[in-house]
Parts: sequence; structure tokens; C-alpha cells
Amino acid sequence: MAVTAPPSVFAQILDYANRADPYPLYAELRRTPVVRQSDGSYVVSGYAEIVELLHDPRISSEQHGDAAGGLGTGAGLPPAFLQLDPPEHDRLRRIVTRHYGPPHTPDRVDAMIPDLRRTVSGLVDGLAGSPEVDLVDQVAYPFPVTAICDLLGVPRQDEPRFHPWSEALIAALDPGTGDPAERQRRRVSAMKEMGQYFAGLIGTRRHAPGPDLLSALATDQGPDGHLSDPQLLTTAFLLLNAGHETTVNLIANGMLTLLRHPDVLERLRRESELAIHLVEELLRYEPPVQFLPNRTALDDIEIADTTIPSGSRVTLVLAAGSRDPAHVRDPDRFDPDRFDPDRFGLARDTDQHLGFGGGVHYCFGAPLARLETQIALTELTRRLVNPRLVVDPPPYRTNPVLRGPRHLPVAIDGVLPADG
Amino acid sequence: MRLVVDLTRCQGYAQCAFLAPGAFVMQGEGEALLYEPEPDDEQRERVLRAAAACPVQAIVLDRGPVRNGDRPAVPAPRRDGITQDEFLRTGRIVIVGASLAGARAAGALRYEGFRGSLTVIGDESHDPYDRPPLSKQVQEGWVAPGHTGLPRRRAIDADWRLGVAATGLDLAAKQVRLADGTSVDFDRLLIATGVRARPWPVPAEAALDGVFVLRTREDAEGLQRMLAGRPDRVLVIGAGFTGSEVASVCRAIDVPVTVAEAGPAPLVAALGGTIGAIAAEIQRDAGVDLRCGVQVTALEGENGRLRRARLSDGSTLDVEVAVAALGGVRNVEWLEGSGLACGRWGVACDAGCRAFDANGLVTDDVFVAGDVARAPQPLFGYQLLALEHWGNAVSQAEVAAHNMLSDQAHRWPHLDVPIFWSTQFGNEIKSVGVPGVADEVVITQGSVPDRRFVAAYGRRGRLVGAVTVNHATWLDFYRRQIERAAPFPPPWRTVDQPAEAHPVPADFPTHPIPTQDATVVLTGHDPADRRATLLSP
Ligand SMILES: Cc1cc2nc3c(=O)[nH]c(=O)nc-3n(C[C@H](O)[C@H](O)[C@H](O)COP(=O)(O)OP(=O)(O)OC[C@H]3O[C@@H](n4cnc5c(N)ncnc54)[C@H](O)[C@@H]3O)c2cc1C
Ligand code: HEM
Ligand code: SF4
Repeated sequence: MAVTAPPSVFAQILDYANRADPYPLYAELRRTPVVRQSDGSYVVSGYAEIVELLHDPRISSEQHGDAAGGLGTGAGLPPAFLQLDPPEHDRLRRIVTRHYGPPHTPDRVDAMIPDLRRTVSGLVDGLAGSPEVDLVDQVAYPFPVTAICDLLGVPRQDEPRFHPWSEALIAALDPGTGDPAERQRRRVSAMKEMGQYFAGLIGTRRHAPGPDLLSALATDQGPDGHLSDPQLLTTAFLLLNAGHETTVNLIANGMLTLLRHPDVLERLRRESELAIHLVEELLRYEPPVQFLPNRTALDDIEIADTTIPSGSRVTLVLAAGSRDPAHVRDPDRFDPDRFDPDRFGLARDTDQHLGFGGGVHYCFGAPLARLETQIALTELTRRLVNPRLVVDPPPYRTNPVLRGPRHLPVAIDGVLPADG
Repeated sequence: MRLVVDLTRCQGYAQCAFLAPGAFVMQGEGEALLYEPEPDDEQRERVLRAAAACPVQAIVLDRGPVRNGDRPAVPAPRRDGITQDEFLRTGRIVIVGASLAGARAAGALRYEGFRGSLTVIGDESHDPYDRPPLSKQVQEGWVAPGHTGLPRRRAIDADWRLGVAATGLDLAAKQVRLADGTSVDFDRLLIATGVRARPWPVPAEAALDGVFVLRTREDAEGLQRMLAGRPDRVLVIGAGFTGSEVASVCRAIDVPVTVAEAGPAPLVAALGGTIGAIAAEIQRDAGVDLRCGVQVTALEGENGRLRRARLSDGSTLDVEVAVAALGGVRNVEWLEGSGLACGRWGVACDAGCRAFDANGLVTDDVFVAGDVARAPQPLFGYQLLALEHWGNAVSQAEVAAHNMLSDQAHRWPHLDVPIFWSTQFGNEIKSVGVPGVADEVVITQGSVPDRRFVAAYGRRGRLVGAVTVNHATWLDFYRRQIERAAPFPPPWRTVDQPAEAHPVPADFPTHPIPTQDATVVLTGHDPADRRATLLSP
């Protein structure tokens, strides 16, 4: 009779039972910073090794073989730049960036600040009157969704339609739960419906362009060419999805962490600038994207006394790297001032985090996500009167990659009026 | 508020330019980042956001004196082997040279816990300021020449003796003599006197109005004033980095410019002829009148003002402005007779930044850092190299400061692979390793016509350097491969490989640095465990 091996550390991390606190498991994982799994893939958990591989041109983000989970695949669409290597990745990302950030559109994100403030302020107004609120459903989720819709030019009233699509897409990223075939089927059908929706919207925008990103991309003619219609569709899915499923976790993890550290919450009420670098520490301490499961070695790679053979799949465990004691002092301590620019010591003494990845795939939405979270945490801490956690830990989403609370029930004694 | 971007670390993520678009600007189609070193208070919140967001913490800032005072200084983490408390409390340290290396070392000494007396002597009368912007955003007219002050994270508690030169060093008496007739005693000394610009060799011509060099704030002020008047033509003499950057600025502000370069291509000493030819193309595409293999034979004036230049190709050029970008001269004259190993090539030191005396014996109490230092490169046959790079000044300053406070067993070796950057014509050019010793070069990633590529340099089958153009995210990979003595041509399969990757001669004019083959590999991430390991022959 075959004896079943105990589950690997990484398998335990995928196990929902460990979602609320995977960090001890990450510490265990780090004992072998590059470790082979029984399926032949490699899991990388040391900070230095992850940074090295994020910048290693022998690592590919494209799909090789039949690994599942691509955003575009299955619905007859090309992959988005998240899943492409240079030069195509760079070209597509540049085309989108032309209308989103520097060098051509440097003010786009900055100009969103007043609207972001208004949106949060309105959502927090909506918390008034009940003794218990859910910060996920009432603020952390709707806020980034509104922001990404505004950026893209998706009418807000359509949002309820793509919430389930978005869920189906990220469920497909979740290696741990449910029936894989069923997940893929749901994903493909979500993609088809989303495709139809966006095809219609793009048609409208092409005829009557607005100031939004989708209009700009639909009518673009830059030096790098323009996105084909299928590319435009997958890019829109990518942005919408990334805008839906990540910042929600940073805001929710942020409030959860602050409620667990009331002294810091109290400081944030008084020191407006604290929010700026506090967000960096959150990205290190409770990162919304816990690992990147989609890399492949194009060649043999020697790293940490191991050789990752050409063709192997590689998982980069960002959340483990950001708490690597070989790199970060006192890594399991939540230190709100860790990223205070005043504290950057010698050029060599740095506590960088991996929250947004690194290298050419460094998060496209990072400036927006940072602003959203800074603004949301500031507004929530200033206006909620005596907020308390109702349950700790709160219930988590099942997804081990995009990890965060499903609900964050908080008891409050009231809501202060907005400033000015 | 003052800030500086460590562009040797920057990987062009542009987070800063998203979050503080008024203070950080990406230029061109590439990754060329320029910034305002002293942004006004209105920008404060945005600049803080930018600094916190930089993924590689390349932005160093201070929040200005007022707020600085509010914040308790954060002591460095305890390190092993920091010298006995006695010296930390009562020692006397003198730093000569109050620029990048000197100021960084002063900050690092305090950060590492030195509480004794600290004197910083500088012959320029300004607070320490940064030079790289002087040939870039300052000449474009975007940043005032006086606004490139270096940030001090906390007001550094030191006796800043600015505007007075050191004129002599008495090693036996442990004294530095100053131009004002006084002297300062030290227990430990750091020499950080850098270089000055090599002047145009004919003094009478150099003295003409309109003839410039570019090293100091005053040089930058004078040149900027002329450029702001939109002269009919500018002549740049020498197409090294500074000369090329000045030419780039001229084109950016639409001033006609001629570049005369004696060698076969711009940047040829740093990049070789093959990649230099690409630099030439970039210049010509931008409208520079580039003349290679051409020397300026005379500068002629009327009434003390520059009027025209004569070139070795037989032509004359009517110009009001000429910039002599002929490299630097090391500031070592004040050390004459001190008994240290110093000369035109700099002050020689060991990998721990301790100066050698004239016998080649290492001294215990005299350290060197920055452009004036000539230090061994274990990776390259232990050659002594002087590197005039910003990043080198910073890292040597920190190593020197650490070693000034550490016992023998805990000294750090300065084993950083050389890195520098240049921002020109909307491109970010970066170099790692020592391409200058290479015999061959090959494009390994990206596309030359798109001006986004990596060129790898090899010598006798070993990777010795890499140059990126608008591809800085990949630089670290090549640095690590250089440290590991990787083979050349690179055998790897990577993303974005050009269809044909044949090594061609790197085409350095003559090997400026004689060298041998691979001697060591470098290991370790933390400075405390950086090590060079000899390769068996
Ligand atoms: C225009 C320009 C652009 C540059 N751009 C780049 C770039 O893009 N990338 C890059 O990597 N590097 C660049 N550099 C180089 C970089 O600025 C230098 O590497 C750096 O300044 C070295 O710092 P340092 O402190 O060693 O020397 P320096 O900055 O030269 O400072 C030495 C100081 O010592 C003073 N001094 C000299 N003798 C005495 C004395 N006897 N007594 C007292 N004081 C004395 C000098 O006046 C000076 O203030 C640039 C330099 C210039 C001038
Ligand atoms: C706190 C919130 C967020 C976190 C933690 C986060 C994290 C990440 C990470 C780790 C990556 C790297 C993926 C990889 O290397 O494979 C990434 C990429 C990406 N993110 Fe985000 N993200 C966040 C918010 C957003 C938002 C709001 C958007 C949209 C506006 C966005 C758009 C993208 C895109 C398009 C990529 C792909 C980039 C590329 O491949 O070049 N992200 N993100
Ligand atoms: S890496 Fe460079 S471009 Fe990116 S945020 Fe830092 S300083 Fe700015």
C-alpha cells in the first residue's frame, strides 16, 4: 500500500485552513529558499533569490506547454502583456502607458486624486447610522472598482455585470480549490461575455471618444502602433480585473492591521504624512499578491546552490521574500515607519518590499493603488469613531494568490462628518 | 526640501514621475529621468509619495530643517566590530573635500554611531551640492544652478569649514594645514578632494569670455546664462559623457551645436568604437553637427570674447560659446610631500579605502574615497582603477566611513562592480563592470534601431561589462553575471534575444587599462559578507 507523503510546505500554504496566517509556513518555506516540488516545479521564497529571478532574462512569463490559467486563452483571445515576454510585452505596455503615465501623459493619475477623495468620502458617509459595518463590501471593494471604471471609461451602472466575471477569472488563478475543469469552463464563459460587453463599449468609444483610457486606446496611433481589437479586449480585462481584485485586499488588510495596532491607528489620525509610507509597510507585511505562479525557466538557472532546469515552472513567493530576515530587519514586526524616507540609511541598508513585483512586469497600477490606499486609510481612520474588530481573524477569500479578507466586520460608535 | 536620485540604482520604474509629476520627469521615448533637486513646499506631499514609492529606494531626501528637527534621529542597527566606545565618543575625524563623497561619509559616520569631533573642510564655499544635474536639467534651464544642494538626512553635526582649502598634510603630526594658516588635528582622516575640470590647454584662449569647462556650480551658472541667450552655435570639445550631455541639452533647447571629437566616435573610451558608433548615430539624428577624428586647433577671440574656432579638418566655425569637456585632473597637489602614494592618477588605496604610503604600505588612519581614489579591482586582476562615477563616490564613502569605525576583523571590502549612468538625447545609458578592458561586444537583448538594448562586453571568453540603453531593469542581471565570472559570449537563452548575436570587436582605441584575465568571483549580498574568492588558474 502506498504511503502518502505529508503535504509539502507549499501545499499547506495553498490549504484554505492556513489562509488567515500563512506567515509561519512562509518562514518554514524559506529554510530552503529554492525548493523543488513533486510536480517538478520550483518554489522560490528568499528575498535575494526572488529579486534575482524577477530580473533574470532567462525567466519567462509566457505560457509554455499546457499550463492553465491564462487570461486570454480558451476564449480565442491573445494573452495580455502580463503574460508576454519582451519585446512584445514592452511594446504593448508602452502603448497603454502612452495614455496613462509618463513620459506622454504624466498627469493622468495625479489628476484622479480629487475624484478618489470624493468617492471615498461618499462611501464613508454611507457607513453612518449602523453600529456594525463591513469595510470590504462597503468601502474596500467598491472604491477601487469605481476608480478603475472611471479610468477605463466603463459606465458605473454596468459594474454589477462584471463583478461575477471578475470573480470567475481570479478563481481560475486559484490552484487550491474546486474542480479545475469547472473553473476553466466558468472562466472561458466569463471571458466570452466580457468580450461581448467590451466589444460593444469599444465600438461606442471609437465613434465618440471620451477622455478615458479605453477611448484613447481605441483611437491610438503612436510610434509603436496600436492595439488590435483582440489585444484591446484582453488589456481591458487585465486592467479591470487587476483593479478589482488587488487594491481591495490592500485596503482591507490595511484596516485589519491598523485595528490590530491601535497605537498606529491613533497616530494616523493625527499625522497625515504617515499614510504615505505606512502603505509601503503594508505591502511588505500583508501583501495582496502573495506569489507569482506563472514563471518558466528558459534555460538552466543556477541559484542558491540549486539548478532550476530549463523548462521548469517557477513560483516566486513574494510574501515570503518580503519577510526574509536575511534582508529585512525584524521582519515579522509591523513597523509603520520602516519606509519613512527619512529613515533610509546607508545606500546599502534598505528594506525594499516585493509587493508590486519587480523587473519589467512591475505592477502597472502601482501609483493608482498606492494613492487609493493612502486616501482610503486616511479617511477611514479619521472618520470612524472607535472602530473595533468584530471577529479576528475575519473570514478570508479562498484565493491563496490574491489573499485578503472576504468581509471585515467592524463595530463603530459613529461616523464623523467629512472635512470641509 | 532637497532630494537626490541615485541613478545608479534607479531602474526607470517611473513611480516617482507618476506621483510627483512636477518634480520628476521622464524624457524622450526612453527611461531618461530628470528631477528637481529642491522642489518647493507645494510639492511636498507628492515628493514624499514619490520617495516612499520608489521600488529601489533610489530617492534620498531631507524634509528641510524645520521638520528634520521634529524627528528623532534613528540610529543605525548595531553592527559587530564597531570600534571600542572610546573612539566613538572622543575620536577626532577630519574629512577633506566637502562634496558628494565627503558629505556622504560625514552622514555615514554619524549614522554608524560616531559621536566624536567631526570636521569637514571644503574649498568651495557652498554647502555640498550634486554635480550630475549641472550638465542636464540645469543647462536646460529647468533647475537653477544654485538648486542642486545635496540632501542631508539629518543635519549632520560637524564643524563645516567651507571656503577654505587644505594646503598640506603632516602624517607624523596628524595634522591638516589650511589655506588660512590654521591647522586641524585628526586621529583619522578621509581624503575626498575629487577632481577638477581639465582646462583648455592654451591659457589665453581658455580665458576668453564664452569658453567654459563644466565641473562646479559657477561653471554651470556661466554656461547656463549663455545658453539661455540662445547663441547661434555652441562648440563642444570632446564627446565624452559631459560633452555629449551638453550637446544633448543644446538640441533640447534648439541651439545649433558642433561636437569636435578627436577619437573615432563619441563615448569611445567608455563604450568602445562599436557602441560608440550607435552613440554617433543618436547624436546625428538629434541634429548635432558631430565631427569625429577632428581636433580644435585654436580658439580665437575679439575684445576678450570668443568669436571663432579653427578645426583640424581645415574649417573655421563662428561660435560664441565653447565647452571644453576634456576630462578631469585629480586634486592631489595639497598632498605633495605628505608621503602618501599619490600622483596625477589619484591617491592609491586598498579595497578598504585605506591609503597607501609612497612605499606601498597601507596606512591605518588615512582613508580615501570618491573620484580622487585609486583602488584595486579584484575582479580585474587587482588593477588599481580610479573611477569618476557618482555611485562609486557614494559606496566608497560608506565603506570608508564604516572602516574608520571598525576593527580589523570587521572591515568591509569595497567590492562594488563599477556602475555609472548618463542621461542624453532622451536616453538613459548605463554601464556596469569595466567594458574598457573588453575585446569583443555583442547585443544580447533588445533592438539597436529601437534604442532599447543591452550590449555585453567580453574579454578572452569572460564577461567583463555590460551597457544598457533604456534597458536598466536588466543591468543587475549582468552585474551578477560579471561577479560570477560568467562566460562570453553569453551562452544563455533569454527573452528578447536578437535573431543574430555575433560578437564583434568592441573596438576600444587602445586598451586604456591593461589587464589580465579573471582572478576572482564575488559573493554575498550584505556588505558584511561581500567576499572575493580567487579562481584557481
Ligand atoms: C557636470 C557633471 C556631470 C556628471 N554626471 C555624472 C553622471 O551622469 N553619472 C555619473 O556616474 N557621474 C557623473 N558625474 C561625476 C560625479 O559627479 C562625481 O563622480 C562625483 O562628484 C565625485 O564626488 P567626489 O566627492 O569624489 O568629488 P568632487 O565632487 O570632485 O568633490 C571634491 C571636493 O573637494 C574639494 N577640494 C578639492 N581640493 C581641495 C582641498 N585641497 N581642500 C579642500 N577642498 C578641496 C573640491 O572643490 C570639491 O568640492 C558628473 C560630474 C560632473 C562635473
Ligand atoms: C495593491 C494593489 C495591487 C497590487 C499588490 C498589485 C500587484 C501586482 C504584482 C505583484 C504584479 C506583478 C505580476 C507579475 O510580475 O507577473 C502586478 C502586475 C500588474 N498590475 Fe498590479 N497590483 C495592484 C493593483 C493594480 C491596479 C489597481 C492595476 C490597474 C490599474 C494593476 C494592474 C497591473 C497590471 C496591468 C500588471 C501587469 C504588468 C506587466 O505585466 O507588465 N495592478 N501587480
Ligand atoms: S526607480 Fe527611478 S524612475 Fe523609478 S521611482 Fe525610483 S527613481 Fe523614479
